Amino acid sequence: MMRVYSNKTNVQKKPYYSDRFWVAPQVPRFVVENDAVFAADVAHLKEKFDIKEAYIEKDQLVIYIDPSDNVEVLQTLRDELAYNFLSEHSAIDWLAKRGEFEIFYQMLSTSKKKRMRVKCFIKEKEVLKSVTSIYKSADWAEREMYDMFGVIISGHHYMKRLLMPDDWYDHPLRKTYPLQGDEAAQWYEIDKIFGKEYRDIIGPEERDGARIDAEDTYRFARIHHEVSFGAKPSSEPTVTDYQEEGGVFIVKKLKKEDAKILKERP
Amino acid sequence: MQKVNRLKPFFENLVFEREDNHMIVNFGPQHPSSHGQLRLILELDGEKVSKATPDIGYLHRGMEKMAENMIYNEFLPTTDRMDYIAASSNNYGFALAVEKLLDLEVPRRAKVIRMLLLELNRISSHLFWLATHALDVGAMTIFLYAFREREYTLDLIEDYCGARLTHSSVRIGGVPLDLPKDWIGNLNKFINHLPIDIADYEGLLDQNRIWKMRLEDVGVITPEQAQSWGCSGPMLRGSGIAWDIRKEEPYELYDEVEFDVPVSTTCDSYGRYKLHMEEMRQSIRILKQLMPMYYDTTPELMAHAPQYISAPKEQIMTQNYSLMQHFVLVTQGMRPPVGEVYVVTESPKGELGFFINSQGDPYPYRLKLRTPSLFHTAFLQELLVGEYLADVVAIIGNANIVFGEIDR
Amino acid sequence: MAQHKINYLQEAGLPVALTTVDKLVQWGRSNSLWPLTYGLACCAIEMMATGASRYDFDRFGTIFRASPRQADVIVIAGTLTKKHSPFMRRLYDQMTEPKWVISMGSCANTGGMFNTYATVQGADRIVPVDIYLPGCAPRPETLQYALMLLQKKIRTESASKKLQPKRLV
Repeated sequence: MMRVYSNKTNVQKKPYYSDRFWVAPQVPRFVVENDAVFAADVAHLKEKFDIKEAYIEKDQLVIYIDPSDNVEVLQTLRDELAYNFLSEHSAIDWLAKRGEFEIFYQMLSTSKKKRMRVKCFIKEKEVLKSVTSIYKSADWAEREMYDMFGVIISGHHYMKRLLMPDDWYDHPLRKTYPLQGDEAAQWYEIDKIFGKEYRDIIGPEERDGARIDAEDTYRFARIHHEVSFGAKPSSEPTVTDYQEEGGVFIVKKLKKEDAKILKERP
Repeated sequence: MQKVNRLKPFFENLVFEREDNHMIVNFGPQHPSSHGQLRLILELDGEKVSKATPDIGYLHRGMEKMAENMIYNEFLPTTDRMDYIAASSNNYGFALAVEKLLDLEVPRRAKVIRMLLLELNRISSHLFWLATHALDVGAMTIFLYAFREREYTLDLIEDYCGARLTHSSVRIGGVPLDLPKDWIGNLNKFINHLPIDIADYEGLLDQNRIWKMRLEDVGVITPEQAQSWGCSGPMLRGSGIAWDIRKEEPYELYDEVEFDVPVSTTCDSYGRYKLHMEEMRQSIRILKQLMPMYYDTTPELMAHAPQYISAPKEQIMTQNYSLMQHFVLVTQGMRPPVGEVYVVTESPKGELGFFINSQGDPYPYRLKLRTPSLFHTAFLQELLVGEYLADVVAIIGNANIVFGEIDR
Repeated sequence: MAQHKINYLQEAGLPVALTTVDKLVQWGRSNSLWPLTYGLACCAIEMMATGASRYDFDRFGTIFRASPRQADVIVIAGTLTKKHSPFMRRLYDQMTEPKWVISMGSCANTGGMFNTYATVQGADRIVPVDIYLPGCAPRPETLQYALMLLQKKIRTESASKKLQPKRLV
């Protein structure tokens, strides 16, 4: 009996049906010469750097550079071409397809009112230079990139995990990381707070939202027939009332019949 | 004499006692100011902060990874929980990004309804900002007053889409529902009354000695700092740079309505406070212009693109092909073209951007949420140095950060 | 006592409590529950709205306290993430007996819509919860109802000094 083959390079959910003959259309890309501002920018950059590819997609310029040039390119963009904001900086995981991460920098120029994207490909263990000396907003963007993808950045003043706890194992946004977390993730909080011995006492996480169990009395499993913690399920309906029957001392008794239904908010 | 005992610190990577008399204070992830789970590790020299390290991630829920496992329409309610104070603006940002990817043309009535919701959310968010900021600084009555006004906006939104906080009121391609019967009338009543209340709050705070002392010259952001750290929204406009995406890269009908963008040249917190109040007034102005625009639109609510968007409900219930297409779109999801798009909108907090890289699958290949609060919180590292401990709370309140956005 | 305008004879009988000490103590505890300000995410906004002008929380005798040592009940409002869970447990341990927990919203009940790697699937993996509140975000009226249910539950418990072994989780 053979095990079911599951592709471990990309454990994200895949669409149920895949059409073998479906060819997805491409978002139209235009030549850089269509826009005068972008043409001038690309010409300026081409003098100094090796621009692998440049096109305009959805009114934004996209250029591909060599990863070792990233600091100089961004320096040129800020000082000479007036791109004064680094809006966004992150990575895309292409490890299964090409063995590389695609890093992108999203730039904005307020004086020219243009946005552009600078992209480069780096291998998994390749080191990228930090651009925090040019744009401070890259500070946390790079930390998050390291945290989520494992992209190694050099020259950063505080390269630690940002969003995950410091002792988290593996990098969450990689395609090989399952959405619900691997074993270290699933028992993280039990191990941290109570210790590994309590794994059996507390039990595994309930990840299946549609699980049905006859003995389950937790939370809303038996709505209107609630019992106390750990008791057997019963079929007596629970009485929902705001206060006990006899009323509480001094506290005004809330009677459902006294409630008025208003037609309009006062 | 009691023996001094050393409390063992909870985290091994921090040293809690140092020789040079600087005290390390952990402004822990649970604190009574309502901004959420910010952990600031402050090194204090007396009362002055000499180093500040914000520690975030206590609300990281993995939204970007969720997006890689959900179809586009399924992800829309998740965007609600990002900036949970003005939920429709996140929904709208996401819907706009996908519409740009698909090249959809949204009908005019949907645009008007969306703008109404957006501006209403802006007012709601600024009221909330005022309430919590005033509560932190110490003016607790403003909290109760501003929440009273905010309840009216939440009533309006609840009338429209059924939920007070997590709206999901905008769909990819338009809006799902038309405005209820008296909605515009109620909105009119609300915005006729609101300027009086804003004047009330300003009367209480503007010339208030304590408020001025707490906020003037606190949290000064120079324009160069703001640009380098990627600030946007009121933090940027408070330093004199007039960049509002609604004016510079207009989307929806912002180029058809008249409004001003307030800019403050005093780069301190007091200027940003005045900025927020003035933005509320400009939102009222936009709303007043939008309301008559609603009546001369045809009652079409969703874009017509059968490949990507389901048909209206009447058609689904009667026509067979619409039903089949709706079924496929809901179970499998629509397949956008292969490409990348980065779309920015002006949320009440700043520049909210959605970067979508699609490979033709019903699930996005990479979805990056560019949230303004992340960069503003990163900025706290530099902004808090040299301020007193009491100013730390005022600056965090003034920066208008919300943790759903930062941690996603 | 004579300055009050409440007409006891109409509402609840004579202004003399004829009851056991147990019931009196529990009555006192239920009507002065002091919650800990523990807003984590979106539900915190609804909790603040419950405490604000329209749905006043103060009339139940609750005052939001910032320190766990002074709080009776902790309202876990919002998503509990794995990074935050040690803090949550620590705060719960720092609260003094008797203490109760209200879990507000789907994220605190079961992890909610965030079925991901970084979310604790239910606060009751960490702390023992007394009342669960459904909703995303639950309306302020729901939180008020939950508080009244908790008050009812407290009044049925016994207030003896002997420390009962509490559930771990």
